Amino acid sequence: MIAYALRSVAQALLVLLAVALIAFSMFRFVGDPVANMMGQEASQADRRALAEQLGLNDPILVQFGRFIGDVAQGDFGISYRHGRKVSDLILERLPATVELAALSAILATVVGIVLGVYTAIRRGGLLAHIIMTTSLVGVSLPTFLIGIGLIYLFAVELRWLPSFGRGETVKIGWWTTGLLTPSGRASLIMPVVTLAFYQLTLIMRLVRAQMLETLRTDYVKFARARGLPESRIHFKHALRNTLIPVVTIAGLQFGSVVAFAIVTESVFQWPGLGALFVQAVQFVDIPVMATYLLFVALVFVVVNLIVDLLYVVLDPRLRAGRIRPVG
Amino acid sequence: MQKHQRMPVTRSRSFRSSLYRAWDSDLAWNFRHSPVAILASITTVSIILLAVLAPWVAPQDAFDPGAVRLEDGFLEPMDRSPATGMLYVLGTDSQGRDLLSAILYGSRVSLLVGFAAVGFSMVLGVMLGLVAGFIGGRTDAVIMRIADVQLSFPAILIALLVFGVGRGLIPPSQHEEMAIAVLIVAIGLSHWAQYARTVRGSTMVEKGKEYVQAARVMGRPSFAIMREHVLPNVLGPVLVIATINLALAIIEEATLSYLGAGVPPTQPSLGTLIRVGQQFLFSGEWWILFFPSMALIVLALAINLLGDWLRDALNPRLK
Repeated sequence: MIAYALRSVAQALLVLLAVALIAFSMFRFVGDPVANMMGQEASQADRRALAEQLGLNDPILVQFGRFIGDVAQGDFGISYRHGRKVSDLILERLPATVELAALSAILATVVGIVLGVYTAIRRGGLLAHIIMTTSLVGVSLPTFLIGIGLIYLFAVELRWLPSFGRGETVKIGWWTTGLLTPSGRASLIMPVVTLAFYQLTLIMRLVRAQMLETLRTDYVKFARARGLPESRIHFKHALRNTLIPVVTIAGLQFGSVVAFAIVTESVFQWPGLGALFVQAVQFVDIPVMATYLLFVALVFVVVNLIVDLLYVVLDPRLRAGRIRPVG
Repeated sequence: MQKHQRMPVTRSRSFRSSLYRAWDSDLAWNFRHSPVAILASITTVSIILLAVLAPWVAPQDAFDPGAVRLEDGFLEPMDRSPATGMLYVLGTDSQGRDLLSAILYGSRVSLLVGFAAVGFSMVLGVMLGLVAGFIGGRTDAVIMRIADVQLSFPAILIALLVFGVGRGLIPPSQHEEMAIAVLIVAIGLSHWAQYARTVRGSTMVEKGKEYVQAARVMGRPSFAIMREHVLPNVLGPVLVIATINLALAIIEEATLSYLGAGVPPTQPSLGTLIRVGQQFLFSGEWWILFFPSMALIVLALAINLLGDWLRDALNPRLK
């Protein structure tokens, strides 16, 4: 168990180091850091002095070591476009993205499980068919079109919800939240639904497939034979056994929440990290791009690590160390 | 150098009988009995034909600013130009560009980027997977670790990063010309890992078979064995992945262009048209957004359904 945990942590650190190397190469080799900081009219001597001061003449390995040191202390350099510290920009926009992603994950999990169970139990029913077909069409649609569709319906035609921004936000320390004001809550609805949609269909299909398999097992038949009420069989016996794989896969899918957040935030002009990243790509703002990459990698690695370790807790067979988890 | 003889293959069959065999195969039978597959392939083929023939089919050259009349801007669908009497079936955009032509030319860009990106990622992924599976050892470990890390990151994130880095490396004056190439590389690089994984798996199976050992005994170099003997036997599943990835690549291109990190508005793809159209959502010019969106939905859905059908039809477990 401890060996397994240590190996997972070591692997996670290795991945982080690899991503840091990519981020460092972007900093160092894409564009000219000196030219980006000094402008056109600087003299050759000034340039050389700045290069020396930034340590650009040191061996690459030394530079990489210094980069890791800076990053570990939360120093990610200065944005070319905003002229501000990247760490400040990230912290400023973090709450918007976290609120959006967390609410979507909750919505997707809850509704996904409910619909998955329903479509499994009422297999062949009309409503179940409609839900499954809708989900198939929904998966093939690009996220941004779903967002635009929602904007058209609820902001242009019905005028119920605001089409962009976070609305009014309340400051709690350095954290800003839109949950405490009516306009903030109204602004959250459409982005959250858009972001949750893909995850929701995924979780729903997964639960349905698992549930159909579980309903065929002997212990469910036996529970029926004993005359237990259907609702008790479905929710107490069957659902429980479908949830373990679902929870792990939902956790691993957190990565795609980040990806779709990029798109969703752009559609709704949501002032989060994804929108910041897209602007950075458009303006080739390398420090912001590299920092976002590092941030996403960190989130991924931490989530994967938790899922990896959870597996061991949930599945006693793994503790013997004979089977390695898949995924 | 001695020329090696290929393994004998029965190629003497007449064209007619091979056509009959194709018609009689499991796959074709499956196809004839699946209305969804027939409908999806008809739709896909017609869209591809229309896009390829756009310069001859479209009422106007959508990429030529000289062909567009600015005073015809914001005409509704089925309106005629007040000056020339030209019929705008799907209306015009703010620049007076015929929307039908813009969509036809736009699908051309979308399909070009989609096909090229899938081709690029397929070649790259198959090559790396073949090498990893055949050589094994440390080479295999390095390639598959990179694939693992990449697969856990969302494709759109990688494509955006590659696009941004590509822009940083290319001088700004060439951004417009190079946009499509950068886009193809960006989307291609974000999808290679899946091919590599699949091909590596089947290569490892094929490697142990007798024909590979025979080729080795005959003294053929590893590279030739990989290319001539193993490659044809691992390509089956690759084609299924490619079909499914084509829909993904087209959606990815549309998403990147929608985000403003794609082709320039002078050569709009479907995603760019949707990005532009969204500006007019609130002012009531719905058709500028609606028709390009519908075109993208139909295209993505048709290719997706085709890919799904192909996957199910070729999956022996479902038979």
